[in-house]
Amino acid sequence: MSIHDIRPERHVTVVTMALGLQTLAVPAELLREILDPLPVTRVPGAGPFVPGVVNVRGSVVPLADLKQALSIPDEGADERRRILVLDVAIAGETTTVAIAADAVHEVAAVETAAIEPVPASATTWPADYLTGLYRGPDGFVLMPNLESIFSNLAGRPLALQS
Amino acid sequence: MTDDMAAIFREELRDLLESLERGLLDLKKRPADMGLVNQVFRDLHTVKGSGAMFGFTDLAAFIHEFETVFDRIRSGALPVGAEILRLALAAKDEIPGLVEVEADPEGRRVAILDGLRAIMAGGTAAAPEAAVVAVGEDGPAGGAARLRFRLSGAALSMGARPEIVLDELRALGATAIVADLSEVPPLDRLDVEACAIGWSMDLPAAVTEAQVEEVFLFVDAEWTLERPAAEVPAAPAVAEGAQDMAVPVQPAPRESREAKAEAGATIRVPAERLDALMDAVGELVIVEARLTELARQSRDPALITTAEQITRLAAGLRDATMTMRMVPMRSLVGRFRRLVLDLSDTLARPVEFAVIGEDTELDKTVIEKLADPLVHILRNAIDHGMETQAERAAAGKPRDGLIELSAEHAGAEVLIRVRDDGRGMDPAKIRAKAVAQGLIAADAQLTEAQVYALVLEPGFSTAEKVTELSGRGVGMDVVRRTIESLRGSLEIDSKLGQGTTVTLRLPLTLAIIEGLLIEVAGERYTLPMPSVQEIVELPADKAQPRRTGDFLDIRGRFVPFLRLRQLFDCAGEPGPAQNVVIVMAGEHRVGIVVDRIVGTNQTVIKQMSKLHAGVRAVSGATILGDGSVALILDVGHLVGMGRAQGEPAGREVAA
Repeated sequence: MSIHDIRPERHVTVVTMALGLQTLAVPAELLREILDPLPVTRVPGAGPFVPGVVNVRGSVVPLADLKQALSIPDEGADERRRILVLDVAIAGETTTVAIAADAVHEVAAVETAAIEPVPASATTWPADYLTGLYRGPDGFVLMPNLESIFSNLAGRPLALQS
Repeated sequence: MTDDMAAIFREELRDLLESLERGLLDLKKRPADMGLVNQVFRDLHTVKGSGAMFGFTDLAAFIHEFETVFDRIRSGALPVGAEILRLALAAKDEIPGLVEVEADPEGRRVAILDGLRAIMAGGTAAAPEAAVVAVGEDGPAGGAARLRFRLSGAALSMGARPEIVLDELRALGATAIVADLSEVPPLDRLDVEACAIGWSMDLPAAVTEAQVEEVFLFVDAEWTLERPAAEVPAAPAVAEGAQDMAVPVQPAPRESREAKAEAGATIRVPAERLDALMDAVGELVIVEARLTELARQSRDPALITTAEQITRLAAGLRDATMTMRMVPMRSLVGRFRRLVLDLSDTLARPVEFAVIGEDTELDKTVIEKLADPLVHILRNAIDHGMETQAERAAAGKPRDGLIELSAEHAGAEVLIRVRDDGRGMDPAKIRAKAVAQGLIAADAQLTEAQVYALVLEPGFSTAEKVTELSGRGVGMDVVRRTIESLRGSLEIDSKLGQGTTVTLRLPLTLAIIEGLLIEVAGERYTLPMPSVQEIVELPADKAQPRRTGDFLDIRGRFVPFLRLRQLFDCAGEPGPAQNVVIVMAGEHRVGIVVDRIVGTNQTVIKQMSKLHAGVRAVSGATILGDGSVALILDVGHLVGMGRAQGEPAGREVAA
């Protein structure tokens, strides 16, 4: 969703999580469940963004690494690692995807007025990858635009590793 | 009216429209077939009647005009003409729009109705003459005709009302109506749904057979009309002996009766319920694998026996469910008839469309996905394969071309063929073109089949549309991709001047396959069992990859092989004993080197998400007994991937 989609509401409920040193927030309405780490099956040739699949209650669900998509440095993982299962509209079709988080913090209500668009000068991320950002207790929190990120990943021809 | 009712009507309408279209298309071939005319009339009447009943008044009004036209055809006042059929087909296409209350801004409906009225106006001029002839034939003066009828089969349960039939006959002047109780069974064998009573009556001689047929049009009944012989109209005494002259009339609704009997034996189930059932069976098969694994570990004989029973039951349930999902090809073919007719009209290349094996069944998912590729192949066959009539005549062929669609089972596969008797493809030209486009080297050695397969390459022949063989390749790569996504394959065979045959090979089902579970560097993968030929050990001298010459000698034949470790970029070194799984990739054998064979298993195929749609070497995933996910490998694409990475396997065919 874009920032214009959430502006009409006064609050948006988000789940916050840590990816490396960065805090991310995704809309809670997309969240299906949070799971302890699962065995991941590598998909050869799938590339670094969606490197594998996991078994979520009998469904084979792709597991994405948002650190790759958002260029967030990897700081190693510990026992706080979790897998978030989300329902995201990919190219218009609701698809269940999983993302790996280094830790899940909390469910929070964020005032939409506090969410700012990403400055046009921020070139770290492709323009449509972020809905916006807001100031959290420990620095700024990124709100990734999951629909846009995943739709982009789905459209990308996955090159085989050489 | 509730939404449910509307849904039922729409469902019914779909079947009716299919039947209507089939009837109209058959009429084009057999315009004099009164059975067909009656069938079309009945379908129209039912659409009109049900439409009005469910409140679709616009629809009813629209159809009414049509019914009138076909009523006239039935009475012989109008001949079946190409224009009528064209209008009727166009009108049939408007019906769904009318039901959905779509507007008709271009005025197509009005134009259709105007066309019909014009035909009727022209037809009425000829009508009186026909009517006079009819009376001349059927109206011999003199003795009364004796009508006997008996409601047949399920007529009563289908809603036939004998008293209404009798009233209608009375209106025709029936007298001396006698009930025939001779076939009423003893009470204990009485079937309340069957009408055991027959009737006989006298009808005035002026009543024509057509009038009687009218009465029985919507009633399943067997009837005979006996008339005194025409030569002896004035001899009533002889009329008694006229029994031999009985003219049994083929009851018109026979065809519909068969259709109804068929419907009685089946239940309509929404597709999503079948999908849900299949999903549940899939889960069951996975849990069953887990149970078997646990039972094996526990070594408890009672548990092992129970697990084996569950395995057997699950297999039975799986087979039953898969059978339920099978749909005959017929459900697709109706669409194609129309397509072929329209195309051959627009392109002015008359073709006959023959269908063989309409009853061949396939998984419904396969059928759904097959529609587009087949449309494409059929279009190519007419557009590019067929010569003009003049060219055909010059080549000594029948003026009308032949397109044949056939479907048959062959083992665990279904073969679908589209054959035309058109101009065929010229291998030399295809070859020259492929060389020009850089698809193959000028000196490449290719079999004829390989040459024809070139038209399936992306980009082949999109350039010059002017040559006779262009277009065969336009979009054919898309067709091939769709077929391959269904785990099928596609072959082209052609003889210059004699025609082309495109053969699709498809698996019977997409939901569950028998798989061979293998392990490479600690990762487990499943190979579809139907493609596995044999398993051999990798000779020690081939254990290390070499730059050239990775071939295995399998009983005197050289089979190339590829190493999954290399292909999938696995870390670590292989163990001392590696195995080679020999698989069929297309027409050729290829070896796949793996660390270890784990075993065979029933594999419930889970589709990969869109995020992995680009990983062609993986056709799906499955969940193993221990809950982990194993990817299902696509042998064809695996070999292609090997070729891309410079493995020797794809380069050369086994000697």
